Amino acid sequence: MHEVDMTKALIQTLQDWWQAQPDMPEIRAVHLTIGQFTCVEPASLQFAFAAQTQDTELAGVALRIHETSLIAYCHSCQQEYRPAIGQQYACPTCHAPLDDIRSGRELKIDHIEYRQPASVARESSRPVSPS
Amino acid sequence: MHQTFSAALEMNLLHANQTGADHNRAHFDQWGITCLNIMSSPGAGKTVLLERTLTALQPELAIAVIEGDMTTELDAERLRRSGSPVLAINTGRACHLDAQMVAGSLHVLATQYQPQSFDLVLVENVGNLVCPAEFEVGEHAKVALLSLTEGEDKPLKYPIMFREADCVLLTKLDLAPHLDLDLNQVIANVRQVNAQATILPLSGKTGVGMDAWYDWVRSQVQANSAGASPCYSPHPKSLSQSGRGTSNSPSPGLGEGVGG
Ligand SMILES: Nc1nc2c(ncn2[C@@H]2O[C@H](COP(=O)(O)OP(=O)(O)OP(=O)(O)O)[C@@H](O)[C@H]2O)c(=O)[nH]1
Ligand SMILES: [Mg+2]
Ligand SMILES: [Zn+2]
Ligand SMILES: [Zn+2]
Ligand SMILES: [Zn+2]
Repeated sequence: MHEVDMTKALIQTLQDWWQAQPDMPEIRAVHLTIGQFTCVEPASLQFAFAAQTQDTELAGVALRIHETSLIAYCHSCQQEYRPAIGQQYACPTCHAPLDDIRSGRELKIDHIEYRQPASVARESSRPVSPS
Repeated sequence: MHQTFSAALEMNLLHANQTGADHNRAHFDQWGITCLNIMSSPGAGKTVLLERTLTALQPELAIAVIEGDMTTELDAERLRRSGSPVLAINTGRACHLDAQMVAGSLHVLATQYQPQSFDLVLVENVGNLVCPAEFEVGEHAKVALLSLTEGEDKPLKYPIMFREADCVLLTKLDLAPHLDLDLNQVIANVRQVNAQATILPLSGKTGVGMDAWYDWVRSQVQANSAGASPCYSPHPKSLSQSGRGTSNSPSPGLGEGVGG
């Protein structure tokens, strides 16, 4: 349900970015990193994004979600481990509580993939593949 | 010829909410208010806890409530009997409070009350164990309730709220003798995901265990007022335009909508 609100924020970010570009590039895809240990359901996000962008200038933009799994770090054992979500979060070796989370809490807009005429390509942009 | 480019954004999906929450917190700090965000699944006992807390702490603290559990107006009505201001948020079908909703209540607090006169704002979030913990509203600390009737595995199944909480209240302690449940196991399960939180078993019905909760609330208010910086304003420009903020003028700048 909150995926709808998150998608609104995402679309706002995309629009702000787009309007700040001098030459109205064509956005092809937006890449997100979503951790497994968050309240976000990737499928709901996909659904909300498709629903909210249809009939707008963002229609057809692909939402690419990269999921990261929960990885914790135990300071006493000085090692990483993968908690069994829903069952066991403490360190399997020394049973210390879940402390540092190395991955799995991300809710990040990574990057935007866009197209524009090569002639207006700017210094700060990194070409991915010429076409 | 067209080329495909990549622009890095590296931005949190919750960035807008986070900015709004920081802004709300700056207002709380400016007014010398401590804000606690009270969260739980539906029916764990948030309203009962607030009713008792208002009665017990009103003699020493000026308290306002932001009531986000709006399935009915009933909760707000119950709490108004305490005499404290209760600012109700119409959440509609929202599954959590967000910073913008609470900003609306701060606007009411600033325009219809004297916000500097309050010590404590208690926010009752929407009854939901999943997402309220991800959406800060500007609180100084998070309180998660888990009623013993919900079973011992809830902290493992819904770990995020219990991990984010500064204080975990195990409510409905009076029912423990009737339940097939091991209190120590509940505590151990909360501990698995949160090494630091204060964990307090209590009953809002009989009052047992409530004193430790009141002490925790007092400690939060004290810690905050010790660290507060009253000179700081989230709206430095408008403050300078209106001269020095007088003690009973509503916060300058709140009229523009606190979200921004
Ligand atoms: N036995 C017992 N019942 C309680 C206790 N605290 C709350 N209840 C009961 O549990 C039910 C829900 O309590 P509320 O305080 O309304 O719970 P809530 O978390 O505010 O619920 P929502 O706002 O709907 O999410 C009511 O019937 C209360 O009387 C308690 O400590 N012991
Ligand atoms: Mg309630
Ligand atoms: Zn939500
Ligand atoms: Zn270990
Ligand atoms: Zn403001």
